[in-house]
Amino acid sequence: MTRTVPPSSEPEAQSSTAPKDVAPAVALHTGTSDVRALLTSNLRQSGIYIAFVAIIALFTVLTDGTLLSPGNVTNIVLQYSYILILAIGMVIVIIAGHIDLSVGSVVALTGAVSAVLVIRQGMPWWAGVLAAVATGLAIGAWQGFWVAYVGIPAFIVTLAGMLLFRGLTLQVLDNISLSPFPQEYSRIASGFLNGLLGGNGYDAFTLLIGGIAVAGYAVSNWRTRTARIRYEQPVESFPLFVAKIVLVGAVVMAFAWQLAHARGLPIVLIILAVLIITYGIITTRTVFGRQVYAIGGNLAAATLSGVKVRAVNFWIFVNMGFLAAVAGVVFSSRSNGAQPSAGNMFELDAIAAAFIGGAAVTGGVGTVVGAMVGGLIMAVMSNGMQLMGVDQSIQSVVKGLVLLLAVAFDVYNKRRAGASR
Amino acid sequence: MDDHILEMRGITKTFPGVKALEDVNLAVRRGEIHAICGENGAGKSTLMKVLSGVYPAGSYDGEIVYDGQPVRFSGIRDSEHVGIVIIHQELALVPYLSIAENIFLGSERRGRFGLIDWNKANAEAARLLAEVGLEENPVTPVGQLGVGKQQLVEIAKALSKDVRLLILDEPTAALNDTDSAHLLDLMRRLRDRGITCIMISHKLGEITAVSDNVTVIRDGKTVETLSLHAGEVTQERIIRGMVGRDLESYYPERESHPGEEVLRVEDWTVWHPTQDRKVVDGANFTVRAGEVVGIAGLMGAGRTELAMSIFGRAYGRNITGRMFVHGKEVRPRNVAEAIDAGIAYATEDRKHYGLNLIEDIRRNVSAAALSKLSSKGFVNGNEEIKVAEGYRKSMNVRAPSVASVVGKLSGGNQQKVVLSKWLYTDPEVLILDEPTRGIDVGAKYEIYTIINRLVAAGKAVLVISSELPELLGICDRVYTLSAGRITGEVPVGQATQENLMELMTKEKELAA
Repeated sequence: MTRTVPPSSEPEAQSSTAPKDVAPAVALHTGTSDVRALLTSNLRQSGIYIAFVAIIALFTVLTDGTLLSPGNVTNIVLQYSYILILAIGMVIVIIAGHIDLSVGSVVALTGAVSAVLVIRQGMPWWAGVLAAVATGLAIGAWQGFWVAYVGIPAFIVTLAGMLLFRGLTLQVLDNISLSPFPQEYSRIASGFLNGLLGGNGYDAFTLLIGGIAVAGYAVSNWRTRTARIRYEQPVESFPLFVAKIVLVGAVVMAFAWQLAHARGLPIVLIILAVLIITYGIITTRTVFGRQVYAIGGNLAAATLSGVKVRAVNFWIFVNMGFLAAVAGVVFSSRSNGAQPSAGNMFELDAIAAAFIGGAAVTGGVGTVVGAMVGGLIMAVMSNGMQLMGVDQSIQSVVKGLVLLLAVAFDVYNKRRAGASR
Repeated sequence: MDDHILEMRGITKTFPGVKALEDVNLAVRRGEIHAICGENGAGKSTLMKVLSGVYPAGSYDGEIVYDGQPVRFSGIRDSEHVGIVIIHQELALVPYLSIAENIFLGSERRGRFGLIDWNKANAEAARLLAEVGLEENPVTPVGQLGVGKQQLVEIAKALSKDVRLLILDEPTAALNDTDSAHLLDLMRRLRDRGITCIMISHKLGEITAVSDNVTVIRDGKTVETLSLHAGEVTQERIIRGMVGRDLESYYPERESHPGEEVLRVEDWTVWHPTQDRKVVDGANFTVRAGEVVGIAGLMGAGRTELAMSIFGRAYGRNITGRMFVHGKEVRPRNVAEAIDAGIAYATEDRKHYGLNLIEDIRRNVSAAALSKLSSKGFVNGNEEIKVAEGYRKSMNVRAPSVASVVGKLSGGNQQKVVLSKWLYTDPEVLILDEPTRGIDVGAKYEIYTIINRLVAAGKAVLVISSELPELLGICDRVYTLSAGRITGEVPVGQATQENLMELMTKEKELAA
């Protein structure tokens, strides 16, 4: 048999001729305490945080500090909570390489179903919430069926859904608005937890929750760090680790301080926080989350790796329906009723949030936290411009340009990364 | 002196890092059918792309003389202008447009006001269809025609451009026997009308049946041009030209100790997902533990289709046949079940089917076996890093860390990531489809070493490869596949490139 000499050229020798490839190795292993290296290696993610801080600073100056006043911070949370809830589901849909244009109509329909039961039929508030969630799940299953099992592009399915569910909203409401909700129901979006522990001119309970949140963040980071050390993974240097915890803690406590000096802790903020943490874990730590990224990154490779693509796509849309229902409940509660035109254009805000937050148009890339920051950028801009009395038409122009520039930045980054290959 | 319509002299074409063509000479006489043959990757298609201007003048060295004049084409329009038309293996027709619309696409027959005169176009299309012997209405959408008829539409389209030199790239690869015979007949008629044809083909039976001369290309160089007129050039003679090289590569040594049978496939038949033909036809084969078994076949023989249909029906329809793993019958209905049954398939096209290029090494390695890293649906990210790091070291993946994005690695290192992914599923049978395609010599040796390590550990390995020396170098047994049928099984001790190539080109007798 012809089995002869091993290769004369040592394989290692070849790679040493490419110093370009070796340089990042050094940066990744030892440069973890170098803040600049951290920032530049994650430009895509850190860029969005820098932009967020810059936009807050800009509008704080332009509004003479009103933007960050206790009352206004509370307002931003209340006003944009439902967009953020939608953006959580939307970013998952987008990571998988789909899109959902129907969420605005689903918000309207779920709110309408709830309003009919609670306002017209006089049922208790929780029955309305459950019915809305059930409606959302059913809608998600319907759209998931067409996308995953029939193979119709999500763009078409959800465009049809946008018309379909808007029409059903009009049917359910008989074309008229329903209001008002009983007080328990409207507390979901406009209620506060305060006064539970007293406090002098501020709400001690809100500060306590803020403190617990910071402590939880610190503990979970510490556990991640020790686990990584146990597995001999590189970690950032200890001072940097502490600095990160202190910085995040300071921001959270400042935020809690502002809330405590206004009306206390909004209930909807608790809902939002629970959702963000839950979905953050689902997308990064679970098999399902991994499969979503795998499908979006390379559908064929995912299929040939044994991912049950249809099932995953189906559940992505069921989940989107669920979150749209939650947003529907929050929105109907906040507007204290159901209107036939509720939720109009919400899908575009949610999609914009995901893309500004770094999700890729081609799929496979994006994070829940990024989408939240993207949503908050839109929220701060809208709110800031409203405070300044900028005309609605100009606001729309500015938001459009920001979306375009954010995605252009993303495309530019990717091209640069590609060029450095 | 010979009257040459085309002479290509000293053509050299380099791609970054690869010399695709080196000093290739080709002389085609006016009014002949000239065949070009060679193994996959020998450079046939590249040569035709140089000729038709897909690679513009200046991007290659050498000279093209057409009709006695030196020519420099800067694009496909230039070459079409002088009557050179190429018909690619993948037909370039728009399925929703009619036959006439397709024929005149890009050279629309304009009437008054620059509008298209459809009456004129359809009438002319009907005349062209009659010439190629296709009885179809010119307004029929092309998508409703079979592949054979589409091929004829392509030729009609070429005729509409006043073709003088027609190049056909693997024209019969996707055709059944009747359509092939019809096409070859048409080529003879075109020749009698004075149209010169260049035919690229693997099918030696067809080449000897219709061509006047055949040029053999091997490893980017012209080997020889043989005249078929005298009738003394046999298929064996052509095969010798195609493979007549030394085993210049090198293969790590391995002692072969085949154990018990691990995979047995019986009467495996697979139909094309959309067309009405069998892609794999009644295949039977076995792979034993500690054995490397090769599948040799030319492009279009159904190698990949066979492998993917076994791998959880990832290809084809109406799949019939039985398969056994360790003597127990398994019927995987999807990829996940195939992986569970102990089958792994590393694709020939790692960029499109094997890897998530925007993700890092870690997540690619774990992609096919996340269940091993997770409990209750939660992935243990640290364990994942440890596993990936282990493979990065044992496979010698040259990357700074497992957090490196796979899309930025070299082909050889990407292939090692693909292998790591499948090894982590702990398969009984590992099917490797073109495991060394597009990677450099050093990395090839490493891949062979990995294969040897696997069989030494008692795995069964099935290797699909276009490179016969590779199969001869690493396999214990080789099956040959031709037009979906297994045409031979040869122990490597008795196998030569010549006898394998003969089995690979074995086909049903043509009604020529």
